[in-house]
Amino acid sequence: MRQSMRAASLAAGALCIALSASACGGAGGSSASDKEVNVLMVNNPQMVDLQKLTADNFTKQTGIKVNFTVLPENDVRAKISQEFSSQAGQYDVASISNYEVPFYSKNGWLSSLDDSVAKSADFDQSDILAPMTKSLTGADGKLYAEPFYGESSFLMYRKDVFAAKGLAMPDHPTWQQVADLAAKADGAQPGMKGICLRGQPGWGQVLAPLDTVVNTFGGTWFDKDWSAQVNAPEFVKATQFYTDLVRQHGENGAPQAGYTECLNNLQQGKVAMWYDSTAAAGSLEAKDSPVAGKLGYVAAPVDQTKSSGWLYSWAWGIEKAAKHQDAAVKFIEWASGKQYENLVGQQLGWSRVPAGKRTSTFENADYQKAAAAFYKPTQDAINSADPANPGVQPRPAPGIQFVAIPEFADLGTQVSQEISSAIAGQESVRQALDKAQSLAQKVADKYKK
Amino acid sequence: MSTTATHARSTSSVSISRTARRRKSATLLLGLLAWAVGLLFVAPAAWMVLTSLHAETDAATNPPSLLAPLTLDGYAEFFGASSGASPIPPLLNSAMASVISTLLVLALSIPAAYALSIRPVKKWSDVMFFFLSTKMLPVVAGLLPIYLIAKSTGLLDSVLLLVILYTSMNLPIAVWMMRSFLSEVPVEILEAASIDGAGLLTIFRRIIIPVSGPGIAATALICFIFSWNELLFANVLTSTAAYTSPVFLTSFVTSQGLFLAKVCAAAVAVSLPVLVAGFAAQDKLVQGLSLGAVK
Amino acid sequence: MAIASTVKTGRRNSTPAPGRKAGFERAAAWARRAPLLPALVFMIAVTQLPFVVTVVISFFDWNALYPNDVKFGWFDNYVSVFTDESLRNSVLTTIVLTVVVVLVSLVLGLGIALLLDRHFWGRGIVRTILITPFLIVPVASALLWKHALFNPSYGLLNGILNWVGGVFGFQAPQPDWISMQPLGAIEVDLVWQWTPFMMLILLAGLQSRPLDVIEAARIDGASTWQLFRFMTLPHLRRYLELAALLGSIYIVQNFDAVFTITSGGLGTANLPYSIYQTFFLAHDYGAASAAGVVIVIGSLLLATFALRTVSTLLKEETR
Repeated sequence: MRQSMRAASLAAGALCIALSASACGGAGGSSASDKEVNVLMVNNPQMVDLQKLTADNFTKQTGIKVNFTVLPENDVRAKISQEFSSQAGQYDVASISNYEVPFYSKNGWLSSLDDSVAKSADFDQSDILAPMTKSLTGADGKLYAEPFYGESSFLMYRKDVFAAKGLAMPDHPTWQQVADLAAKADGAQPGMKGICLRGQPGWGQVLAPLDTVVNTFGGTWFDKDWSAQVNAPEFVKATQFYTDLVRQHGENGAPQAGYTECLNNLQQGKVAMWYDSTAAAGSLEAKDSPVAGKLGYVAAPVDQTKSSGWLYSWAWGIEKAAKHQDAAVKFIEWASGKQYENLVGQQLGWSRVPAGKRTSTFENADYQKAAAAFYKPTQDAINSADPANPGVQPRPAPGIQFVAIPEFADLGTQVSQEISSAIAGQESVRQALDKAQSLAQKVADKYKK
Repeated sequence: MSTTATHARSTSSVSISRTARRRKSATLLLGLLAWAVGLLFVAPAAWMVLTSLHAETDAATNPPSLLAPLTLDGYAEFFGASSGASPIPPLLNSAMASVISTLLVLALSIPAAYALSIRPVKKWSDVMFFFLSTKMLPVVAGLLPIYLIAKSTGLLDSVLLLVILYTSMNLPIAVWMMRSFLSEVPVEILEAASIDGAGLLTIFRRIIIPVSGPGIAATALICFIFSWNELLFANVLTSTAAYTSPVFLTSFVTSQGLFLAKVCAAAVAVSLPVLVAGFAAQDKLVQGLSLGAVK
Repeated sequence: MAIASTVKTGRRNSTPAPGRKAGFERAAAWARRAPLLPALVFMIAVTQLPFVVTVVISFFDWNALYPNDVKFGWFDNYVSVFTDESLRNSVLTTIVLTVVVVLVSLVLGLGIALLLDRHFWGRGIVRTILITPFLIVPVASALLWKHALFNPSYGLLNGILNWVGGVFGFQAPQPDWISMQPLGAIEVDLVWQWTPFMMLILLAGLQSRPLDVIEAARIDGASTWQLFRFMTLPHLRRYLELAALLGSIYIVQNFDAVFTITSGGLGTANLPYSIYQTFFLAHDYGAASAAGVVIVIGSLLLATFALRTVSTLLKEETR
C-alpha cells in the first residue's frame, strides 16, 4: 500500500513536469502583446505570396509579428465561422468576403474599420472600387472589411483552337451560343472537351457559376416574400442546361472538378473554354503557363439579363473579440494598401498583383502591360456586377452567386451535393432540385413572418 | 495461450519425393505472389514519393511522366520556399502532443491494467467494458462541449488540450492491450516476489516491465501513431500556436493552382516519423498485437 | 454512460476476498482499486462530463449564427433529428462503409498473412513494404488517393490506362473514379490502410499455432485445405474477432477520408461527417447535440451487443 502510494506520487510528479512543459501552449508560440497579429486565411496563391512577403516587409517595418493559419477554402470557411460565431479571440484578422459581411456585422462579430483603415490618407478608401466598398459595408452603413483582391466571372477560350476550327466568339455571348460553340470545339484536339464548368460540391464551388446561370435564366433562390423557388421552372431550366452542357461537352471528372481542376484542364489543353473567376487569368497568363498568350476573354454569357458576372472579394475583417486590434488595423492597411501591390509587382511580377479592388491598379501602366489580355474585361465585369439586383426579379437578400444569409453556407453546401450528384448522373436534375426546394423552404420559413 | 511470435518457422524436410518437389515449386510460386502483392500495396506510396520529387508541371501530366527530371522543389515548398511558413512548429507540436500523451497513457494504463489482471478488483470486467465502450462513442458528439469547455478555460489552441484528448482517445485501447500483456506475467514469479517482501514498485520494475516490455513498446507505438495521425480535434481546437502536422498538411491543397508535388512531399515528410518508428518496431508490433488478440 | 451496469457478463467471483473483518476487507479492496483509479477518473472526467454538456445543449434552440436568440426548446431538436432524412442516410453510409472496409481488409489481410507465413526469399522486405500503408498519415493517404491516383485528368490510374492505350494504339477510357464510385473510392483508401493492420494481427496468430500438432496432422495425410479449415481457421478465430473489433472501432469513427476525398458529397457523408457539418457549417449547436445524443445511445446499444461477443474473450480466460 505504502509502496503503491509512492509509485503513484512519483508518477504524478512526472506527469506534472510533462504537463507543465506542454502547457506553455504550442511551438507556434504566442504571447499577448500588440507586437503580433494572428491571421486566418484561405490558401489561394495571392495569400501565399502575402505570407511570403510579410516577414521581410511588414514585420521589418512595424516590428509586428504575423502568425498565419492558411487552409483550403472549405476548411477555412468552417473555421472562420466557428471562430467568429463563438468570438473565441484566437484570431485577429480573417479572410472573409462580401458573403459574410452583411450578417457578421449584424451579429456584432466584426470591428468597424470606419475610424481606422478607412480614415487613413495613405490607404485612400476612395481608390477602392465602388461595388467592393458597397458590398463590404454592413446594414448600419459602416465599413467592416477591406478587399484584398476582387473578382467577377468571365468566359475564357482558346483563340488558337477557335481560329483553327473557324469558330468566332462574340464579345457578349449568350449561353446558347456558348453551348453551340462547346459542341463544335469538343474534340478539336485529341482529348479536348468543349468547356470546363465546376461540378465539385461546395457552395463556393459548383454553385458559384451555376447561380449566375440561374440568375440570367430568370431564376432565383427566393422571391421577395421568402418563398423558395428552387424547383421553379426557371431554376430547373438553368440547372438542366448547365448539367446537360457539362455532361455532354464538359470536362472529364466534372463532379469533382473545382477551380483548380478546371485551371489545370485549360492549361493542359483538355478544354477549349472555361467560365470562371476573372482571377484565373493571372495564373493562365503567367510566364510558366503553357497557354499564355493563346487565350481570349469575353463577358460572362447571358440569357435574359444584360450581364451575369458574379462579384466576389476576399477581404480582411477584424474580429470584435480580437486581442490585437491595433496591430490588426496596421496589417490590413499594409496588405490591402497600394504599396503592397507595388511590392508584389516589383518582386513577383505584375500579373501576380492582388488586383480587382483599386481603380489605380487598372490605371497602372505596368499592370496594364502585364495584364493586357484581360484587365479590361475584368474591370468591366466587376463594374457591371450588381449584387442587389442580379436577376430579373427583386430579392429578399443581396448576393449574386450566393444569398447573403447565414444559413446559405449550409443550405448551399447540401444543395451543391445534390447538384453534383445530378452532374454525376446519380439522380435527375428534377430530383436534385426537389430535394433542394424543401431544404430551401425550411430556411425561408424562418424569415417568413 | 502464449506467443513466441516471429521466430522463423521450420519447413518440413521430410523426404525427397515428388510431393516435396511439388511443394518446392509451390513455395516459389507463392513467394512470387507474395512479392507481387507486396509491390502492389507499396506502389501508391512509391508513386507518392516519386511525385514528391517531380516538378509541379511534370506531376500533373497524363500519361504520367515517370522519367521526368527529379527535383527537391516539392520539399523546398514543404519547408516554406514560397510561403515562408516553417513546418517546424507543427512538427514540434505533433511530436509533443503524441509523445507526452503516449507517456501519460502508459503511466495511467499500466497500473490500471495491473488492477484489472494481476490483482483484479471486483467487477473488473465491467470496468473493462466501460473503458472499451468509451472507444465506441462517436468522437464528434463530444466536439462541441469540448470546444466550449476549452474556450472558457482558456485551453483552446494549446498542446495541453491535445495531450488530454489524445490520452483519453488512446487510454481504452492501451488498457485493453496492457491487460493482455500483464496476464502473460507468470503468477508464480509474482507470488514468489511478494513472499520475498518485494513492494509493488519493485514488482513493477523488476518483473512486470521487463516481462511485458515488447507489449509496452507495441502499445506505445500504437498510441503514438494514432495521436500523430489525429486530424479532427487538431483541426477544430487549435489555431496559430498548437496546430499539428496533419492540419499543416491539409494547407497544401489549394483551390487555385497546381499542388500535387508539394502535397506529396509534405505527405511524405509528415508520415516519416511514423514510418521510421513503425519500421523500427515492426517485430514488437506483431508480437504486441497478437498478445492483445488473445488475452 | 451506463454500459458497465447494462452488461451483466464477466466473472464476478474473480477476487477471492479472504478477509475476515469488514474493515480490513474494505482497505484491501481500496488497495486493489488504487492503481485503477487514476485511469478511471481521467476517463470519466474527459469522456463523460462533455457528454453531460451535450445532453444539456440538446434541449436548447441554439444556433451560433443567432447568438441573441438562444432559448429552451424541449424536444424540438430531437424531433428534427428523427425527421432528418440525410441523418438517416448517413447512418446507413456509416454501416456500409464499416462493414465493407472491415470485411475486405480482413479477407485480404488473411490472404497476405498466409502468404507471409511461409519461407521465401526476401520475406522480411515484403512484410516491411506491406505495412507501409498503415504507417502513412491518414490525411496524407486520402490526399494521395484523391489527387495523385483517382484524379481523372492527371491521376496515376488514368495515366496507366492512357499509357497502355498509347502502347497498343487505342483510345483508352478515362473514367472518373470518384464520381462513379464515391463510397468505393473511400473504401479503397481505407482498405489500403487497414489491410496491413489486419495482416499483422493475423500473422501473429498464424505464428502462434502449435507447430507440432500441425506437423503431425500433415504426416497423417491431412491436405493443405483440411489443415487450413480444421486447424488454422479455428485457431485464428479469436484473432479474426479482435481484428474485426479493432477495425470497426476505428472505421466507424472515420472522418479524415470522407472529409478529404469527397467532403461528404455524392452520398458519402457518414455520421461523424454529418455531425461535423451540422456543427461547423450550420452552426446548429442544439440539433447537432441532439444528433450526438441519439447516436451515442445507438452506439451504446450496438456496443453492448458487440461487447457481449467480446466478453466471451474475457470469460474464457482464467487466472
